[in-house]
Amino acid sequence: MPDALALTWRQYRLERRMFWRNPSAAFFNFALPLLFLVAGGAILSGRQHDLNLLVPAIAGMAVMSTTFTALAYNVVFLRERGVLKRIRGTPLPTGAYFGGVAANAITNTAVQIAIITVAGKLFFGIGWPRDWLELVVFVLAGVVCFAALGVAFAHTIPNFESTAAYVNAVFLPVVFVSFYVFDSKSAPAFLRHIAEALPLKPLIDGLYAAIVTGAGIGENVSALVVIALWGGFGVVFAVRGFTWEQRRS
Amino acid sequence: MTAAIEVHALHKRYGEFEAVRGIDISVAAGEVFGLLGPNGAGKTTTVEILEGYRERSAGEVSVLGHDPVRRELALRRRIGIVLQAAGIYSQLTPREALRHWAGFYPAPRSVEEVLALVGLQEKADVRARKLSGGQLRRLDFALALVGDPELIFLDEPTTGFDPEARRAAWETIRSLKALGKTILLTTHYLDEAQALADRVAIVKDGRVLAIGPPRELSVGAAHYRVAYRDSGGDLVEVQTDDPTRTLHELTEQALARGERLEELSVGRPSLEDVYLELTADA
Repeated sequence: MPDALALTWRQYRLERRMFWRNPSAAFFNFALPLLFLVAGGAILSGRQHDLNLLVPAIAGMAVMSTTFTALAYNVVFLRERGVLKRIRGTPLPTGAYFGGVAANAITNTAVQIAIITVAGKLFFGIGWPRDWLELVVFVLAGVVCFAALGVAFAHTIPNFESTAAYVNAVFLPVVFVSFYVFDSKSAPAFLRHIAEALPLKPLIDGLYAAIVTGAGIGENVSALVVIALWGGFGVVFAVRGFTWEQRRS
Repeated sequence: MTAAIEVHALHKRYGEFEAVRGIDISVAAGEVFGLLGPNGAGKTTTVEILEGYRERSAGEVSVLGHDPVRRELALRRRIGIVLQAAGIYSQLTPREALRHWAGFYPAPRSVEEVLALVGLQEKADVRARKLSGGQLRRLDFALALVGDPELIFLDEPTTGFDPEARRAAWETIRSLKALGKTILLTTHYLDEAQALADRVAIVKDGRVLAIGPPRELSVGAAHYRVAYRDSGGDLVEVQTDDPTRTLHELTEQALARGERLEELSVGRPSLEDVYLELTADA
């Protein structure tokens, strides 16, 4: 008798296989943040203070793109194609299905963070992260938060054709505002308030402390609280609004 | 025989619209049962309630002894579903998809056997994105069958098929019946219902208009047709409930006039006649 854990593992392996067979997904998940890192590194080359900001900022963006963006796309695509409906008709437990899907996204996040961390050490003069535990805590919190928000956000997207527009309408402004406020001490107060209230800037703050300064988790509790609140909000709406089927027009 | 499906006074309401308005059907184990009706008759709504996709508004439903709305794994392990339209992971091959699906079930059939049953061996290692519509439909069948279900739901399984593909699908369905499977089939093709179903329910506007074996459904619902070509060469068709008397009268008159009734024939009402009569808009 197949048990739920074995089925989660099977689903995870299937998701990994499909991920690598979809070049555009692989590109957006893996190459894009790394391109940002390379481009930013080239521009900021030799300016250690700026590189110290660049690496955790890109790491935060990588967390968001591998979870929020990837899952919103994935859920809308599978829902509109009827794959979710088909799966719902099988005895695959819902938890095993989502466990496999989430584990796939988390793998992508982990690989990206590993690449960025190694690049920080080898090419950006940052050295190894100062606080590994803090790095793990913030990456995990960010993954849970943005994964849940991605699934919840998928509910608002009416069809697959408009997914890119919907996702980028959230992703790009959040990244720009968060990067700008994180980088600039002179950002206007209202932008600062917006960025602090959104989950990405607190995540980048936590990653900055973990990777660059070594200021402990105790120094970044408020950032963790903001991420947790968004995560809670995301989980509630991811579960409550979930639809397995294409909406009837 | 025990009933695989029992439906009593089923109602389904979407806001103001009542899609199902009191359907009663009972499907015996091992039976092929057809739900026949025009688009929008409530066939798919009924089937999707039985499959556990929708909640009913009122009525009683039992599928293999379970209430499908509870979505128990124990029930889903025993049923196979071919939806009217459902996608599949386009990066997977049929063999990979079937292997994965087989893992959901406690006692699956062998993947090779299922590939052979639906005639997909040659495309077993081609990614789904490269399969034709008909091949994808065969994969739908295969995915529904790999768990070796007792009860199979087929929602318009051959819509959009060319005649050859339809015959092939019919053969697959017949072989499932030969294996003792219970099949609930929806279709708007009369020939399909006639060719496959042991019993048919004609559904329109959310109600069952007639129910019975396709060949017997006609009784009482439509008329025999007596046809012949008259002396002027025109085709004459007489509808009657009593073909014996009609034939006797016609032949008696013809003999009295010393004529032959050219091309004389007596036709049983076909399922099509019944269907058209029952589903005609008043």
